[in-house]
Amino acid sequence: MISRFFHQLGSPRYFYRFSGSLLPWLAVPCAVLMLAGLYQGLVVAPTDYQQGDSYRIIYIHVPSAWMSLFIYMVMAGAGAIALIWHMKLAEVIAISSAHIGASFTFLALITGSIWGKPMWGTWWVWDARLTSELILLFLYLGVIALYNAIDDKRTAARATAILSIVGVVNIPIIHYSVEWWNTLHQGPTVTKFDAPSIDMSMLIPLLLMAAAFKLYYVVVVLMRARCELLERERNTQWVNELAASK
Amino acid sequence: MNSASSSAAFVLLLRRDLILAFRRRSEMLNPLLFFVLVTALFPLGIGANPVLLKAIAQGVIWVAALLASLLSLDAVFRSDFDDGSLEQYLLSSHPVSVLVLAKVLAHWLITGLPLLIIAPLLGVLLDLPWDSIKILMLTLALGTPVLSLIGSIGVALTVGLRRGGMILSLLVLPLYIPVLIFAANAVETAAAGLPITAHLSMLVGLLVLALSLSPLATAAALRVSLS
Repeated sequence: MISRFFHQLGSPRYFYRFSGSLLPWLAVPCAVLMLAGLYQGLVVAPTDYQQGDSYRIIYIHVPSAWMSLFIYMVMAGAGAIALIWHMKLAEVIAISSAHIGASFTFLALITGSIWGKPMWGTWWVWDARLTSELILLFLYLGVIALYNAIDDKRTAARATAILSIVGVVNIPIIHYSVEWWNTLHQGPTVTKFDAPSIDMSMLIPLLLMAAAFKLYYVVVVLMRARCELLERERNTQWVNELAASK
Repeated sequence: MNSASSSAAFVLLLRRDLILAFRRRSEMLNPLLFFVLVTALFPLGIGANPVLLKAIAQGVIWVAALLASLLSLDAVFRSDFDDGSLEQYLLSSHPVSVLVLAKVLAHWLITGLPLLIIAPLLGVLLDLPWDSIKILMLTLALGTPVLSLIGSIGVALTVGLRRGGMILSLLVLPLYIPVLIFAANAVETAAAGLPITAHLSMLVGLLVLALSLSPLATAAALRVSLS
């Protein structure tokens, strides 16, 4: 039963229909969660005694940073599935994730920078976390560039799958080497803010936003994947039937 | 095929690549000249202050070695791809990863080893003390094979592309960062009189990891590129 379901899901035509009916059920909770999280975070949560109101950017910044790494893992996982079982759907999910992951990484860097200006007095410090986030952005951009450079999209998907798996092996190495590099160069600085365990009133909006971002990713990746599938399968019968019926 | 014939294939391929390289000696010089030139640009750009130069020397030399290695990477599979022998490797009965390892080793002997030999000269140019130069050579000996191994994955992915050069640097440079960090820091730490066993262990660890995993990834990437 379950295996049959997955087998069907692998067929682009079935996936297109299935995801189409699934989308509203994901999009509405995502919007509700995001509105609730934003309201809780921007209005209800108390002002920080040290950072004032500018700390509120964490409700965007922290979930984006979480998503940036999470999506890379999803991308590599989908890439591995695409390589092993030659599943078209996994190829499409992997490359759709790359664009969204790069956007979240960029968002995390930008919001961090905006927060850093009033807090640290500078737009950028070579802090370990910032640096590894920047390198993660480069890894994403490499994946996207490679995908765009190869004309045959199935070959491109498999090439990027290998690259993202190599990236996954390297991410922990890069992360810890960068952390070590930083601690070797300079001792604990302003960047090592010793966060006392976060207060419940601030944690709840953060978790709401994190859940909303996860759902947002699922919604957008499904939308991108549907679009990409239609483009790839534009010469097949089911897409032509779909176009004719519209 | 038994393992004896695979190791024979390894040796044959290694010897073939070395002979080909020695017949075109002028091409071997180019990455080396690039290495020296890039290093020479830094004093010109920053100013000839010996204190400043000494402080940045290990970083400059390592970044230059990184770029020189990147520049020469394209040659690993290029000519074999152009004349079709790469496809024959994939069709042969030997494990592709063994053949890849032979090619990468040949590439390192042709481009990595000369960097190692000329590095002391650059160290002198940048006013590094002799003790630091010795550590620098040690880190280069451990680090440049890692660069060749990781780079071979990137080359294998881009070998079929017409303008793969820019993309290759985008793919490979982020993966070079750990090597750069540990190697350049080892020289700096040793200069401060601290032990560098940890740095060297990490470099050896990276080397072993790259040696065991990257030929597999390169072989898979070659199969995709030539499909």
